[in-house]
Amino acid sequence: MIRKWLIRLIFIVLLGYLVAGFVVGLPPFGSADAPAYTHVVPRYIERSVVETGATNIISGIILDYRAYDTMGEATVLFTAALAILSLLGGEKDD
Amino acid sequence: MTEDIIVKTTARLMTPFIQMFGLYIILHGHLTPGGGFQGGAVIGASMILLAVVYGLEEGEKRMSHDLSTVLESSTIVYVLIGFIGIAAGVNFLASGAAGIPLGRPGDLLSGGMILALNIVIGFKVASTGKTLFYTLAKEDEG
Repeated sequence: MIRKWLIRLIFIVLLGYLVAGFVVGLPPFGSADAPAYTHVVPRYIERSVVETGATNIISGIILDYRAYDTMGEATVLFTAALAILSLLGGEKDD
Repeated sequence: MTEDIIVKTTARLMTPFIQMFGLYIILHGHLTPGGGFQGGAVIGASMILLAVVYGLEEGEKRMSHDLSTVLESSTIVYVLIGFIGIAAGVNFLASGAAGIPLGRPGDLLSGGMILALNIVIGFKVASTGKTLFYTLAKEDEG
């Protein structure tokens, strides 16, 4: 019994150490030179109006740069409706 | 379904404005915050409001199941718009690179294919929300 708890404690401490290590390594919250803000974001902010013609940058991204991804989202909606209708949409027998 | 006259009158008066607002969000998706998903959710919510207040039959009269089926299949239109890019010799779903005119930024008719894709997605989201609610509610009614 005590050995089981000891193994669990060691596992949790190791996991916590790993998570804490990664969190310490993250860039500070809101820092401008974090990799997430230096990769494609400057290109989107500077060029999206010229390249997509949309003044709403979000629309320019999801329906032009990432239109293929949005097609997947539309397919998810289609699949959801398909699943509900195939389970519940039949004619009532009773 | 309710007998409350305040709820019924408010729903009857507000539904056209809610749907108009949803259409506005869809059509201005490339200019102002919003887009197909958001505007479609607003239109779908107006259909759910009708069903809650007036019952499923009344809502079915406004937007029939057959119409939902057609709108639901509009994903294929999205794919067909995507093939314009391949026909022009560039990537699937390419807009500016495929030579679709981008227009003057800020105009209603601008942004290449973004407006068309927003309309397709908007009607699709509206019909999905309506279909899911109506099918589940019908199952609950027995």
